[in-house]
Amino acid sequence: MTARDEDIHASLSGVTRVYPGAAGTPPVHALGPIDLELKRGEFFAVVGPSGCGKSTLLEVLAGLQQPTAGTVTFEGRPVSGKVSDGIGVVFQEDASFPWLTVWDNAAFGLRRNGVAAADIRRRVDDALAFMGLTDFARAYPAQLSGGMRQRVCISRTLVLQPRLILLDEPFGALDAQTRLLMGDEVLRLWRRTGATILLITHALDEAAMLADRIGAMSARPGRFLDIVVTGWPRERDSKIVSEAGFAEITGRLWDNLRGESMKSLGHSGVMAG
Amino acid sequence: MSRVGWIRIAVLVIAIGLLELCCRIGLIDHRVVIPPSQMADALVRLLISGDANDQIVRTFGIVIIAALTSVVAGFALGLIIHALPRVRQSLDPFFATYYAVPIFIFYPVLIVIFGLSVIPIVLMGVATAIVAMIIATLNGLDRVPQVLTKVARVHRMGTIATALLLKLPAAAPHLFTGVKLAVSYAFIGVIASEFILAPAGLGRVISDAYSDFNNRRMYALMLLLIIVATAVNMALHVVDQRWAERRGIAKP
Repeated sequence: MTARDEDIHASLSGVTRVYPGAAGTPPVHALGPIDLELKRGEFFAVVGPSGCGKSTLLEVLAGLQQPTAGTVTFEGRPVSGKVSDGIGVVFQEDASFPWLTVWDNAAFGLRRNGVAAADIRRRVDDALAFMGLTDFARAYPAQLSGGMRQRVCISRTLVLQPRLILLDEPFGALDAQTRLLMGDEVLRLWRRTGATILLITHALDEAAMLADRIGAMSARPGRFLDIVVTGWPRERDSKIVSEAGFAEITGRLWDNLRGESMKSLGHSGVMAG
Repeated sequence: MSRVGWIRIAVLVIAIGLLELCCRIGLIDHRVVIPPSQMADALVRLLISGDANDQIVRTFGIVIIAALTSVVAGFALGLIIHALPRVRQSLDPFFATYYAVPIFIFYPVLIVIFGLSVIPIVLMGVATAIVAMIIATLNGLDRVPQVLTKVARVHRMGTIATALLLKLPAAAPHLFTGVKLAVSYAFIGVIASEFILAPAGLGRVISDAYSDFNNRRMYALMLLLIIVATAVNMALHVVDQRWAERRGIAKP
């Protein structure tokens, strides 16, 4: 394995995803062909119009869906319809378990993996402290706000120490201010864990604030139109939105996406993103 | 206790008080209904004497067996049917019309097959209760959020682990509605079967007391059934409410 290969943490090569049509309807070509190489420890965001296949891309990379064609690798090994060890996923929908306390939610995966009780306690307490949930450890998700529930889901992923974290519009349901603050928390998490992060978002400002590189996708079937390198320092937070270069990045993304979003409106209601 | 709780008790006390008054002043013939205080007195004496203990144990034992069988088998069948969409499609019309059929017409058939024993009564209890549990299970599994299935796959959970650790608890509020209904229907099925034809049991004793014009015994046992059925249902309701509150589900 070359030094360059070691630097590539996950990759998609010639990946397409075609959904078979329901009775009497033609197949839906949702994604690709897509080529993408995620560097170890980078923060990559994907933006694109509704229904362009962003979530399909994430699910194919996670191993939740099989690509129709092409290959997906994680740490040099093929990913094929099964989630590999070391990959964590946070979904847009509230995926907290309402029947468990915040603490037990966070401990779920560790218990499943048979981790020793003392280790579980240490890792869960640490993750909850990091996510600012220590005071709510005994609360149930129903007693928390939407943003806090999403933090519970991130904690549940974090304790498993994933090396690749896939975030599928995790702040989509939150208000703008909370999203900015959650963005800060994700940046802190990224710096602390050193994990590679792929973020799916429809918010250009969110992508521009968080990512090292941003892939702008076309309308369905989703392909990368442009990869924008932000050039932000690793130590950054939401204050970066007032930097001069920030507007330049969001402007360039919008230039790429405006026409695609119009096309997508013409296709509206066909596929979820 | 909450204000609603006090209002509930007040309604009950007023209703019982009115019935007592109507019986005492002769507005209701004592040969038809005896005053509630006499029902309670008769029940206490009956319980102290131990005269009906065998019948009480027998009937409540059968109700427990029928309810447990309905809950366990109903849940298992619900899981299987949910996993087989075509089977479900074909069975849905039967579930929708099941309670429109008077199930008790099959009781004589069961007696012919199994004789005048406990088995036909248990089967009637199960037949009355099980479909409620199956429907509740299907309803609950339908409402398990799709994202939990994805979470299960991210945690590399198998089919059984997903069903037991995620789908079952996620569907629990709906399953519990099925449990409440199954217990109530099991009571109805067992007591009614005993009342129609049985060698023993509370339903049979009530029927005998009715035939003998023994109002004190008849109303005492009816009161016992009402108290036990209500207490069991209230206990299940309290558990359901606590779960619902914990999950942030508003239930009236």
